[in-house]
Amino acid sequence: MIKEKTDQLVSEFSLFDEWMDKYTYLIELGKTVPPIDEDKKKEENLIKGCQSRVWLDATLAEGKIHFTADSDAIITKGIAALLIRVFNHETPEAILEADLSFLDTLGLKEHLSPTRSNGLLSMVKQIKFYAMAFQAKS
Amino acid sequence: MHSLRSQFPILKTSVHNKPLVYLDNAATNQKPLRVINAISNYYIQQNSNIHRGVHALSQQATESYEHVREQVKTFINAKHSHEIIFTRGTTEAINLVAYSFCKKFVSSGDEILISALEHHSNIVPWQMACEEQGATLKVLPMNLNGELMTEALPQLLSNKVKLVAIAHISNALGTVNPIKKIIDAAHQLGIPVLIDGAQAVAHTKVDVQALDCDFYCFSGHKMYGPMGIGVLYGKEQWLESMPPYQGGGEMIDEVTFKKTTYNVLPFKFEAGTPNVGDVIGLGEALRFISDTGISTIAETEEVLIKYCEEQLLAEGGITLVGTPEKKSGVVSFLIDNVHPYDAGTIIDRFGVAVRTGHHCAQPVMDFFGIPGTIRASFAVYNTKAEIDVLIKAIQQVKTMFC
Repeated sequence: MIKEKTDQLVSEFSLFDEWMDKYTYLIELGKTVPPIDEDKKKEENLIKGCQSRVWLDATLAEGKIHFTADSDAIITKGIAALLIRVFNHETPEAILEADLSFLDTLGLKEHLSPTRSNGLLSMVKQIKFYAMAFQAKS
Repeated sequence: MHSLRSQFPILKTSVHNKPLVYLDNAATNQKPLRVINAISNYYIQQNSNIHRGVHALSQQATESYEHVREQVKTFINAKHSHEIIFTRGTTEAINLVAYSFCKKFVSSGDEILISALEHHSNIVPWQMACEEQGATLKVLPMNLNGELMTEALPQLLSNKVKLVAIAHISNALGTVNPIKKIIDAAHQLGIPVLIDGAQAVAHTKVDVQALDCDFYCFSGHKMYGPMGIGVLYGKEQWLESMPPYQGGGEMIDEVTFKKTTYNVLPFKFEAGTPNVGDVIGLGEALRFISDTGISTIAETEEVLIKYCEEQLLAEGGITLVGTPEKKSGVVSFLIDNVHPYDAGTIIDRFGVAVRTGHHCAQPVMDFFGIPGTIRASFAVYNTKAEIDVLIKAIQQVKTMFC
């Protein structure tokens, strides 16, 4: 359940008093991303509108979406990891219906603003776009 | 120094509960209170449309507006005030020339020469113009220090070249280009030269007659003035012979449905109601620069750049990007193995505003094979203590990522 995973994230993040701890956590999280195959680092998987380069790939197996991602910036990779943790192995329907308010609660809102080059927002959009595409196919 | 800083209200504000350290002056610099007041006073006391009304307010506003044109003329030492055209900024000034000049003087098979360290605003308008006219864009290369290779000029300059467009100072690396040398070389073949002065006017004395450049473009907001106002200087002979850029009010002499005759310079290039309020703000910014003294500004910034580079190199694990002999305004660098975006995110938490990324000069980044840089850029109000905060932030970045 997406809701359970986001609740879990929110409670983990609530332990951090300092902004630095949040970023340290994101950096650690970035290291846990399942590595994307080199051949998936292609132009079509590159998310536009980020100051750093982000690749996001998705495959559908048994009705659930499996995401892999990579970025040349570590914080961006951490944010990708966080989103993958939430949306991985979920059905397209569940992803499309997911409540995104946890992003505000996590205090990552600054990554949502256009001044932050849209890293987070572009990734969320892309995840929803994959879900929509897989839903339309099935 | 204290009283100079106190003229800038924004410098007293906080970011992330830390005092703001503003080192993004190459993007836009901050405005002294007198500029902010000049703009609001205009709207409180003088606002009216200019050049048309016979009523008192309109005449006052017209006078204030035209007075700034005189100020700009003196500031860059132009020969005539009608050689000063108000635009939205440097980008619009370059687009104006790219459209109007190229329409008249560039045709199929011709060439336009730019350099390898231009801002996108001094690349894209020429690409568009070349596409329109069937011309080719040529690029003067740079070396690994980020200096233009002027020794390549004789090869590149020919009678096919119809215009040379070069930055006075590079926004990405801070390189001060040998524009006088380039202008003289181009003029030997009768080729006019446009200088993108966006990064220069607030940092160094500009004398367009001494330079003998044909066009010089700059923005108000990078020289303590408001956003949305800029200047195109052009030699009378060129501006006279170029067709108008936009049509509308102000730029006309007589209009019938059959034919319109155009107004004289400078009005021919100022279609529509001009940005009077910001022109007046620009005038106050010019007074601020004169009162402070351009040489004081240059000396202050030179000390800051030198100190910043020394501190960065002493810190270790830092690569300076662009090591030209003559540098102004900007220190571009990388923290080894750290993506500029990661570094910028952490530096921001210290209340320090620096720019990270390609700085609208992607070809420059491609040349060095890097995704971008961290850029600290300076204004007269910055201090060594602020650079110390930047260094502290960099130490934190290294702890977290290295």
